[in-house]
Amino acid sequence: MLNYESILNDTITEIQPSGIRKFFDIAATMIDVISLGVGEPDFPTPWKIRSAAIKTLERGKTRYSSNRGLAELRKEISSYLSRKYELNYEPESEILVTVGGSEAIDAALRSIINPGDEVIIPQPSYVCYVPMVMMAGGVPVIIENKAENDFKLPASDLKNKITDKTKAVILPYPSNPTGAIMERADYEAIEELVKDTGIILISDEIYSELTFNGKKHVSPAAVGSLKERTVVINGFSKAFSMTGWRLGYTCGPKEIISQITKLHQYSIMCAPTVSQYAAVTAMRDCDAEVEAMIEEYDTRRKLMVKGFNDIGLECREPEGAFYAFPSIKSTGLTGAEFCERLLESQKVAIVPGTAFGESGEGYVRASYCYSTDHIRTAIDRIGKFMDELKSV
Amino acid sequence: MNVQILKLLAKDARMSINDIATVTGLSEPEVSAQIDEMKKDGLIRGFRTVIDWEKLDEFYVSAMVEIKVTPKPGLGFEDIAKKIAKFHEVESVYLLSGDSDLCVIVKCKTFQDVSRFVAKELAVMESVTSTKTQFVMRRYKELDVDLEVTDPDERGVVSSC
Repeated sequence: MLNYESILNDTITEIQPSGIRKFFDIAATMIDVISLGVGEPDFPTPWKIRSAAIKTLERGKTRYSSNRGLAELRKEISSYLSRKYELNYEPESEILVTVGGSEAIDAALRSIINPGDEVIIPQPSYVCYVPMVMMAGGVPVIIENKAENDFKLPASDLKNKITDKTKAVILPYPSNPTGAIMERADYEAIEELVKDTGIILISDEIYSELTFNGKKHVSPAAVGSLKERTVVINGFSKAFSMTGWRLGYTCGPKEIISQITKLHQYSIMCAPTVSQYAAVTAMRDCDAEVEAMIEEYDTRRKLMVKGFNDIGLECREPEGAFYAFPSIKSTGLTGAEFCERLLESQKVAIVPGTAFGESGEGYVRASYCYSTDHIRTAIDRIGKFMDELKSV
Repeated sequence: MNVQILKLLAKDARMSINDIATVTGLSEPEVSAQIDEMKKDGLIRGFRTVIDWEKLDEFYVSAMVEIKVTPKPGLGFEDIAKKIAKFHEVESVYLLSGDSDLCVIVKCKTFQDVSRFVAKELAVMESVTSTKTQFVMRRYKELDVDLEVTDPDERGVVSSC
């Protein structure tokens, strides 16, 4: 038999499967589980978008698009970003349509990282950044965001981690799992810090449509001089409930986008054409549908936050994305213990904060991509679990 | 008037005062007071349940009756519309643009009841010149609610994305 260990790529084998895999596997096989565990919208893709895709299929528009993506879609992305976030990008040279935001993050990292370059990653955050940096030959440098800073990235913390090897900083806001957002002043402080450096900001704004309390999403690329060093990542999955369509995009200086385009062209060719046509409709005609979904998320968000606080789990008000991130420190359990015992006792599935980095210890992530009735039932059960813990 | 409360109640008339208070940031007594005031002002006119009557053996029959009318001098369509609205069998009355003048949704126990009602009561009303009765064969969506069977949640139980 082959000695695979000696064959396989060292960097890839070094990447460990997530430590909470076991918990996920148990949860997935249990029946009658009521889950707040999924980070994916429950709304179906708005019908107008699905209908546009069907028409595309009927007309047989199913060939490759240009590598960069349909010109029509890039124009639509350009005007969308301008009208929503005061971002101005040239459809011809500064926008690339990708297979989900994930491809864009991966390609952006690979386009800038040389072996040994450091990439700063604030945590708790989405699980892909560390492995992607490693796969690109970079060295992940973690910043532990803190609840007392509302899980934002303070410029002072960033300053402490910057070395002469720092190539880039990931800015994952609005945040999965904490619900934190960054505001203009937060980015202005970072601008001050990086202005005389060559540091690139990779801003993953996949949840940009989902901000609450009247706070509009701010992209770092719209703040002062940061545009020249920012690569914006966004996509259709969360805002338009289009997760399975696999469609995202990246925007930035044409010098970087042209390199990312090479990666994309040789490894992917182009994003799915049917999805691209559907996405034109999404950006052009679906403001009302998106607004209705956001209103519903906002209702759920408020009910969930109050629910957690009422049963004795302190929960800050998340201002973005669709997750609550309550503290479970008062129970004395670790996040993993809390989630495993909750699943066993009340059959409620939520995700330990440590799934998103060690700094997530003491917290759990609950998604509100569920109906209000579902959320209420789940919180009632978590309340019962809290009573059990107290009575022991 | 509080549009946020109206929007919440439009989606779920049974939403508790407590939940409305949580979502709007008002106190419970404030929410109750606002709802009472909107009822008093005639802004909130009722709280109904969306029912899929076809699930029952004896559901009612409805028909959309388009009516042409000779408007009365000085009164327009108001007079006739208000008179039609008073019938127990009439669920809704709308003034239309286009070929017909009024659209009346009629609800009865049987097809015969609807026919009888249209022939005996509506068609003979003074100033009604013609009626066109179209029976509802099947309901697919009612008051924003999709009555088709919805798919089960196919998302997994847990994920990190």
